[in-house]
Amino acid sequence: MLLIPCPWCGKRAETEFRCAGQVKVARTELLEADDEAWLEYLYQTDNQRGVLTEYWCHEKGCGEWFTLCRDTTTHELVDRDPEP
Amino acid sequence: MKAPQRYSFLSLVGGALSGHRKWQQAWRSPEPKSHYDVVIVGGGGHGLASAYYLAKNHGIRNVAVIERNWIGGGNSGRNTAVVRSNYLRDTSIRFFDQSLKLYEGLSRELNYNIMLSQRSEVDILLTNTSMRNMRRRALNMNRLGVEFKLLSADEVRKRIPILAPMKNCRLPIVGGSVQQRAGIARHDAIVWGYARGADSFGVDIIQNAKVTAVRRGANGQVSAVETTRGTIGADKVAIATGNENAALGTMVDLSLPLRTFNLQAFVSEPIKPVLDVVVNCPDLGVYLSHSDKGELVIGGATDPEQISYRKGGKVPIFENTVAGLLELIPSFRRLKLLRQWGGALEFAQDGSPIISKTAVKGFYISAGWWGGFKGIPAGGLTFAHLIAKDEPHPLAEKYGLERLSTLNYLLEGGTTVPTG
Repeated sequence: MLLIPCPWCGKRAETEFRCAGQVKVARTELLEADDEAWLEYLYQTDNQRGVLTEYWCHEKGCGEWFTLCRDTTTHELVDRDPEP
Repeated sequence: MKAPQRYSFLSLVGGALSGHRKWQQAWRSPEPKSHYDVVIVGGGGHGLASAYYLAKNHGIRNVAVIERNWIGGGNSGRNTAVVRSNYLRDTSIRFFDQSLKLYEGLSRELNYNIMLSQRSEVDILLTNTSMRNMRRRALNMNRLGVEFKLLSADEVRKRIPILAPMKNCRLPIVGGSVQQRAGIARHDAIVWGYARGADSFGVDIIQNAKVTAVRRGANGQVSAVETTRGTIGADKVAIATGNENAALGTMVDLSLPLRTFNLQAFVSEPIKPVLDVVVNCPDLGVYLSHSDKGELVIGGATDPEQISYRKGGKVPIFENTVAGLLELIPSFRRLKLLRQWGGALEFAQDGSPIISKTAVKGFYISAGWWGGFKGIPAGGLTFAHLIAKDEPHPLAEKYGLERLSTLNYLLEGGTTVPTG
């Protein structure tokens, strides 16, 4: 079981959280993006081996949203500043 | 090339009398040639079946299957070996039923015993919502001529006597459904059988060769793959790697809409026969069967949120699965689990497979397999058709990549969850 460090509540069990996917570089502008760019923004992830920066939500706790770096090959949480 | 040895009762007697010292190798281990018409990356069930049908149905025999590790060492050796075709959508029902039909004749076709046991899959349903969903599934399957029917709670108990009484519980058994032709097959035998079959047509199976790059010619068409065993020229490159397709796609600048998730299973210590059907309980997220060795093979749900390449279990999902199992059959409480493992699977956002050409000429993909084991024969059949003719097989027309960018999804809940 992962212990996820919530900024408010401290380390809590993984089952209290929801992982909401990769942090993208920038939110695509709705009015400016063409269909292709918008689809890419919605559905494409880097799906990489190694460290991925993700959004997490302490859904069954305080509700706080935060970013976290996790190694997808080991599930280890990596202490580093989120990239974007 | 020496004619492949046929297995029969007589060859078995002959083998026994000669002390089992004279069996031929089931397939050769050739050095890679400098060029092939088709190079298939991934020596699992799908890659090998594709090579087999390319050679058999389309006469394309100058083919190599390149495997990073050894045959049967990837997800083909890590699944729960269930075969069935109880899906919801027309495309899936036709596709997976064709696959089941091919499985039914596969031992004879490959001259290799795949130990297919069509022992039925019984779904145990705990909610009326699930009953309605299965009724809907039955309606569509029967319309397409595939047998699937609902069971009453009493009939479910008759098929699975070991179930707990489940009186006074929050979700009692309200009924069930059954596909009689579903069952299990030996997963190793499928890959070994297809490998031997493909090899007998002259397909080269090259193990321990990891693809490090895909080369392209001046017009953008693929021309070769670079591997740890040297560069191998290819007119066409077809990838069917289970969980490395997105990574291979980036080698030809394709970003494929695939995400890799963990799916896990575990096996108990061997016990005497207690279950003669495959049991699936979508409401609890657990399914299991009793293997020929006596071990219970138990599968759980996937975690569709976290991208994961870790080939181990995930504790919260493991706990949920075991809790569900003990709810149904508390007498398993004292069983020990012998092995526990996870596999990495790539999914497209609609949960259906991708059997498709790509924007890169000569580069084909078979990916997104959720329940890929049961799809091996039809996956190979249709992928071979696509590679040979550049046109999708009628069964797999809707599995093209373009559906994901035109939002023409093939939403299929007939996999591990009950809803459509």
